[in-house]
Amino acid sequence: MAVRAKHQRLVLLGIALVALIGAGLLATWALRSQASYFYVPADMAANPPESDRAVRLGGMVERGSMKNAADGVTVNFIVSDGKARIPVRFAGIRPALFVEGSGVVAEGKLGRDGTFVADNLLAKHDEKYVPREMKDMQQARKAIENTK
Amino acid sequence: MHGFANPARFLRIARWATPLCLLLGLALATWALVWGVFFAPADTLQGDTVRIVYLHVPTAWLGMGGWSAIAIASFTEIVWRHPLAGIAARAVALPGAVFTALCLITGSIWGRPAWGTWWVWDGRLTSMLVLLFLYFGYMALDAAARGSQQAGQGQSRITAIFGLVGAVNIPVIHYSVTWWNSLHQPPSITMGKSAMAADFLVPLLIATVGFSLIFGGIVMARMRTILADEQAEARLRRKAMRAQAPGAGEAW
Repeated sequence: MAVRAKHQRLVLLGIALVALIGAGLLATWALRSQASYFYVPADMAANPPESDRAVRLGGMVERGSMKNAADGVTVNFIVSDGKARIPVRFAGIRPALFVEGSGVVAEGKLGRDGTFVADNLLAKHDEKYVPREMKDMQQARKAIENTK
Repeated sequence: MHGFANPARFLRIARWATPLCLLLGLALATWALVWGVFFAPADTLQGDTVRIVYLHVPTAWLGMGGWSAIAIASFTEIVWRHPLAGIAARAVALPGAVFTALCLITGSIWGRPAWGTWWVWDGRLTSMLVLLFLYFGYMALDAAARGSQQAGQGQSRITAIFGLVGAVNIPVIHYSVTWWNSLHQPPSITMGKSAMAADFLVPLLIATVGFSLIFGGIVMARMRTILADEQAEARLRRKAMRAQAPGAGEAW
């Protein structure tokens, strides 16, 4: 009898867990688009948000695209995800990790001219961790190869 | 399985395993932190702020691992009614909450220089904060259930169910960075692969093992306390019953 009760609890709990996990998956599935922290350039190019709506744009700062304006605080650059490119303008203090070829999340509004005007920049770090010395060595090796 | 559920046997093992885990864990964690802070290299982009990873990653892993343990113990208690499982779940809650809080604090301190913000409401950060609140809820529920029931030191039924339901958050935390665009970076270390150079990875793994041993030691110490409380209470109850029954007091 005790064994049967145990078995019954095991089966009941198993069903409850499957239902629970299913509910959790459905909930996260429903949240899939809303819970994203930012738009990627491809999304923004396909479905441009209204120009008065505050949104976030995340992607890579395209190499060679960063241009400092004459006023000393404004910077223009292009955020790309490999599929689409969105020009961004920002005036203010930049985070330390904000460099070309690195990830960035810009908070602001998409202007009517297609330029994203950011009022805040967040640098996004990727999952790669490279020691400073090793990077120097790689650059040194590259430099040596280039001179050959 | 049933052999491990025996409290007497657990106490015999825990007597020497608790100090062993705590001392070994303390030694490994100290070694890894000294290595990480003073000898490991700085990161190319992050510079010296990378060093907080040796505290942030182990605490994150233990915060999530703690709730996984609560869920497994709750399952075991509900199905097999092993009293030791409930005691283990109750013992994990407090250190789990402390490690989750440490993870959030260290992450926030890292986020300020690296991202340019202390906090964002992205998927990873929010689900980790939810985990902290789940721990608080678990402890409050456990304390409330404890006040209303007299005997037994395991979890109440409702607390065990809460421990199981809360486990839904664990995969959400883990996959939050891959399901949704988030400011938090995806995992550097996945099955058999690492996007992290060995100079960072080795001290990080030692720190993780060290903090896990400390966590295990704390849990065992707390389990022993709960079991000792139970014994003391049972003894007091017996005493009170003897004192109430006339005549029985003389024989004792």
